[in-house]
Amino acid sequence: MAEFNLPKNSRLTEGKAWPKPAGAKKVTEFKIYRWNPDDTANPRTDTYYVDREDCGPMVLDALIWIKNKVDPTLTFRRSCREGICGSCAMNMDGKNGLACTTGIDECGAKGKVAIYPLPHMPVVKDLVPDLTRFYAQHASIEPWLKTTTPAPEKEWKQAKDDREKLDGLYECILCACCSTSCPSYWWNGDRYLGPAALLQAYRWLIDSRDEATGERLDDLEDPFRLYRCHTIMNCANACPKGLNPAKAIAEVKKMMVARQV
Amino acid sequence: MAETRPAARPLSPHLQIYRWSWTMAMSIVHRATGSALYGGTLLIALWLIAAASGPAAYETAQWIAGSFLGRLVLFGYTFVLLHHMVGGLRHFVWDLGYGFDPQTRTNLAKYSVVVSGALTVLVWIVALTR
Repeated sequence: MAEFNLPKNSRLTEGKAWPKPAGAKKVTEFKIYRWNPDDTANPRTDTYYVDREDCGPMVLDALIWIKNKVDPTLTFRRSCREGICGSCAMNMDGKNGLACTTGIDECGAKGKVAIYPLPHMPVVKDLVPDLTRFYAQHASIEPWLKTTTPAPEKEWKQAKDDREKLDGLYECILCACCSTSCPSYWWNGDRYLGPAALLQAYRWLIDSRDEATGERLDDLEDPFRLYRCHTIMNCANACPKGLNPAKAIAEVKKMMVARQV
Repeated sequence: MAETRPAARPLSPHLQIYRWSWTMAMSIVHRATGSALYGGTLLIALWLIAAASGPAAYETAQWIAGSFLGRLVLFGYTFVLLHHMVGGLRHFVWDLGYGFDPQTRTNLAKYSVVVSGALTVLVWIVALTR
């Protein structure tokens, strides 16, 4: 059963407001989720003020600016700063995305930018969620080429138009923006695989070289693993790579029906 | 030194902070209307029972249904029924694999309100002018 309220230890409290940068002309307010595993306090939201003339244009620039100049304890993941590693996935202004490819001016419709960890996930610290289960779900769809025919001398060949079927699927960077935007995944994340894993499942189902299509479909034929998708479409709205997990899931559902007729 | 144990991990906020989109809103409305239709079916059953029980009971049922409050409930029921039907058609389109691009999926959600609203008004114009 879906639990809409946060558990007692997760309810937010008002945190502290950090001082405004002295002499700054253009300032943007950031409200950021904080939680420290080393104390027993509930999570809180701290307020920071960023000098925009001293800071780059992206949300990640602002986070790094805060960490360098205001509060070195602010904790978040980041690496490539160009939308390919998927580390800095978080919830900004109510929508999941990558901090490095989301402009500060794209957020903050209300004059301030609210930043939370990816929704409905166990928090390790501040903006760092525990993605263990998310990765396990990806592993469970066995994301590798499975064949029974003897391996060819050189490589498994694929026609151009078969290769094109993988476009819009292979680009997934496993940032978890889609799965953690999905209410169905929020309520049933322990049994529903979620959009990211299902998009990857479809990536292998549609691969002309893969020979385990039947077994893969058998594995997904389950009221929860696949069919908890109710086409809410938050996944497609959230994907920072512009992919469409909702459509991939619909294609998997179609394959399920197609093999029965 | 005393043993320190890390605190239990909190759950990050979800429904409390996620920005609503049209598709998300229409999804939950589809479920809500689906549940409300159980109540609507109950109303039909009560009306049929009244009709089967004789003229006096039927007269009473008709009087309740024709009162201002009764009509308000029936108007709401009409909208709920039609919204759920239009929502069902929207899901049918998606189940066939169409209408997934950003503009179309948002429009499908938006127009399901407009279309079901218009159909409701149409049904009542027909009902009241006959």
